[in-house]
Amino acid sequence: MGYVVRRLLSVVPVMLVVAVIAFLLIHLSPGDPAALIAGDFATADDIARLHTALGLDEPLWRQFGLWAGKLLQGDLGTSIFTHVPVTQLLAQRVQPTLSIALLTMSLSILIAIPLGVLAAYRAGTWIDRLVMVFAVLAFSVPVFLVGYLLIYGFAVKLQWLPVQGYTDLSHGVWPWLRNLILPCVNLALVYIALITRMTRATVLEVLHEDYIRTARAKGLSVLPVLEHALRNAAIPIATTVGVGIALLIGGVVVTETVFAIPGLGRLVIDAVEHHDYPVIQSVLLISAAAYVLINLLIDLSYRLFDTRIRY
Amino acid sequence: MSDSTTPPAGLPTAHQALSVKALRWRWIRKHPTLLLGLILLLLVAALSIAAPWLATHDPLAINPLQRLKPPSSQHYFGTDALGRDVYSRVIWGGRVSLVVAICVAVLASLLGVVLGLLAGFVRWADAVIMRIMDGMMAIPDILLAIALMAVIRASLTTVIIAITIPQIPRVVRLVRSLALTLREQLFVEAAHAIGTRLPVILWRHVLPNTITPLIVQATFIAATAVLTEAVLSFLGVGVPAQVPSWGNMMADGRNFVAVAFYTILYPGILLAVTVLAINLMGDGLRDALDPRLANRL
Repeated sequence: MGYVVRRLLSVVPVMLVVAVIAFLLIHLSPGDPAALIAGDFATADDIARLHTALGLDEPLWRQFGLWAGKLLQGDLGTSIFTHVPVTQLLAQRVQPTLSIALLTMSLSILIAIPLGVLAAYRAGTWIDRLVMVFAVLAFSVPVFLVGYLLIYGFAVKLQWLPVQGYTDLSHGVWPWLRNLILPCVNLALVYIALITRMTRATVLEVLHEDYIRTARAKGLSVLPVLEHALRNAAIPIATTVGVGIALLIGGVVVTETVFAIPGLGRLVIDAVEHHDYPVIQSVLLISAAAYVLINLLIDLSYRLFDTRIRY
Repeated sequence: MSDSTTPPAGLPTAHQALSVKALRWRWIRKHPTLLLGLILLLLVAALSIAAPWLATHDPLAINPLQRLKPPSSQHYFGTDALGRDVYSRVIWGGRVSLVVAICVAVLASLLGVVLGLLAGFVRWADAVIMRIMDGMMAIPDILLAIALMAVIRASLTTVIIAITIPQIPRVVRLVRSLALTLREQLFVEAAHAIGTRLPVILWRHVLPNTITPLIVQATFIAATAVLTEAVLSFLGVGVPAQVPSWGNMMADGRNFVAVAFYTILYPGILLAVTVLAINLMGDGLRDALDPRLANRL
């Protein structure tokens, strides 16, 4: 149990640093943040009023204390641009983003792990080489180029799927899914490349172990052997899936712009245009929290993969 | 380069009979990805350096009469929504990407080495630096860069800074882990024992041993930097909109996917080729410089 507690506690400093970064963001800008927010046409009076309203007169540490205290109570502040509570803005935008992220992750894992195992099992053959070429290409071709190729091919030319947009899940599963197929396939490519490479590398390493040779020697067929291998390769693969979450979240921002999906990514881009700091800070905090939480769960679930691990 | 190809003493002497030239050729043939990446990258670099001579039009010249014209002998890659020549803009756009790639790779490596060595050798600094790095790593690169671009006025310099900062933790982690093993090595202990001061030990004995993995890492960072710059510009938070960068061009073409797909396709292809070239070089360098990893990834 000691490990579990320690691992849980290790989340605290990470999130604290994230909070400090998000908080300092507004103070990093050269000049008065209030002037930046007020815009080019603000009078000196407007700026002074905004300055007080934002609490910028207080010392820095006190500002952070007040801000962090509110955060802990679930108050993410009010949007400077729309004057709506940020939590409300986030709630409106979370469904599309979460849909894309979850669908992409499931799709990627379902495809990448068998692909990586196949490449490792047939290492050195043309299948392996093909898989690796795909992995390198998917890493290099920008997400938005692939996105537009997909739109051009499947939506504009073939007209099988809608070009852009998002339909709420409450309108039914198929209309919702139809709009998500292209963005998810688009985003999954990078993620598949990442997981496939890692799966191939670790499975390849495990396949050289003595117990695999023993398993083969005693006449086990391919699948049970691969099951042995995969079980022992599971931890590095799971770690990669976790670390890749950062890549996935970054990708969602781009994909949402390409496919005109009103999710958190669009929200943050619009917020940048309006210098809407509370929104930017909140999206930073939420995505970091998601990343930290998922990696925490993955770390703690290692014992599921490997029964030798006892905390 | 020829040093690393010379077989260590004790190996069959057949190799030693070969000339340096033959050895070099053999080395290149053993690492085709490195060569392919290098050739592609040199090609892109040559195109962008020679942009003033290769471009057929002023990349900024607007021509309302020639809007959204498909590729022709007049405009090799067609024209965009403002009648600007896509071919000329694509060639000039390479400059932005390459400058970003080099600056980010160098800056992130320099800052990362300083912080990484500090963390590896100074105990109290280690805890502080690594906690900050852990926090930075929890924020997705692109999101951190976007957030930074929100507070600083958009220019090429600020884009470089915004892309560099999220990359620093990667270098710090690498250098720190190398430093931790090097610290226990006999030659470092010996230097310490004869009274060499820490900065001298770091400079003379530790730093040279981190260079090889650092070069590989810097190459991958350069590839990420090119992609991130394009993403930022594409999202409208990168280099100023009038600068012909590949990301900006693709952002301009966003509303014309159906009618003028080439305005997105050509800058996209150049972008992909550049990133691919740098990634191939990174893979090749890793295999060539660090044989232990050669068969793994």
